[in-house]
Amino acid sequence: MTTRLLAIGPEPLELEQVAAALDASAGPGAGADGAIVTFLGLVRNHNLGRRVRYLEYEAYEPLAVKAFERIDAEIHERWPDVRLALHHRVGRLEVGEASIAIATRSPHRANAYAASRYAIERVKQIAPIWKREFFDGGDMWIEGATADPDDQHARAEAERIACA
Amino acid sequence: MRVTVRLFARLRDIAGASELARDLDQGATIATVWRQLAGEYPALAEYERSISSAVNADYARMDHVLRDGDEVAFLPPVSGG
Repeated sequence: MTTRLLAIGPEPLELEQVAAALDASAGPGAGADGAIVTFLGLVRNHNLGRRVRYLEYEAYEPLAVKAFERIDAEIHERWPDVRLALHHRVGRLEVGEASIAIATRSPHRANAYAASRYAIERVKQIAPIWKREFFDGGDMWIEGATADPDDQHARAEAERIACA
Repeated sequence: MRVTVRLFARLRDIAGASELARDLDQGATIATVWRQLAGEYPALAEYERSISSAVNADYARMDHVLRDGDEVAFLPPVSGG
């Protein structure tokens, strides 16, 4: 998709690319890293009893990138030795395709795992992105959290899940 | 003054447009725009307590005072990932 660390767009996502984006930005400190954790979120063929045919993702892209930057800053604050790359896809996605790719890198695996989980939880809380589910018998917009980046309770909840 | 309103996901479906232009009096806030839209499109009312808003692609509170040329966005609950 891109060598940018934080990006959103219609191109298919690949783990290699999100990890490569981190490699490219690693700089002289790269040798200190001992772990890369990668995560792909996939379109499932079922949701709440519905047979899903495909999803359409829509985003307010400039604000989505800023939300990713905010998540990156939060991770830097909580886990200073972790670096993040995060790519999200928009448009029509078929079952099995990836909607989000996350890579985290750090000297030790524990922080890379925790930050990866934190990143996906925060995307679900504050990124201005919406999925419309097309299933057997109809379609509907999925609506999750009211996005409020300053909601410290939500942030603490994401951190709690990440460190569970 | 004139602002551009951006609507996303189901809000866009309800209004039948992703972008609208609205003329406002000086001192108008995001809430002013929302009330005006909810008057035009009553189905928006159910989002009164669950929307987020942004100005010029930054999250902003409903009491944020708008300026000529601003882009105001209304965001239903998000579902990325």
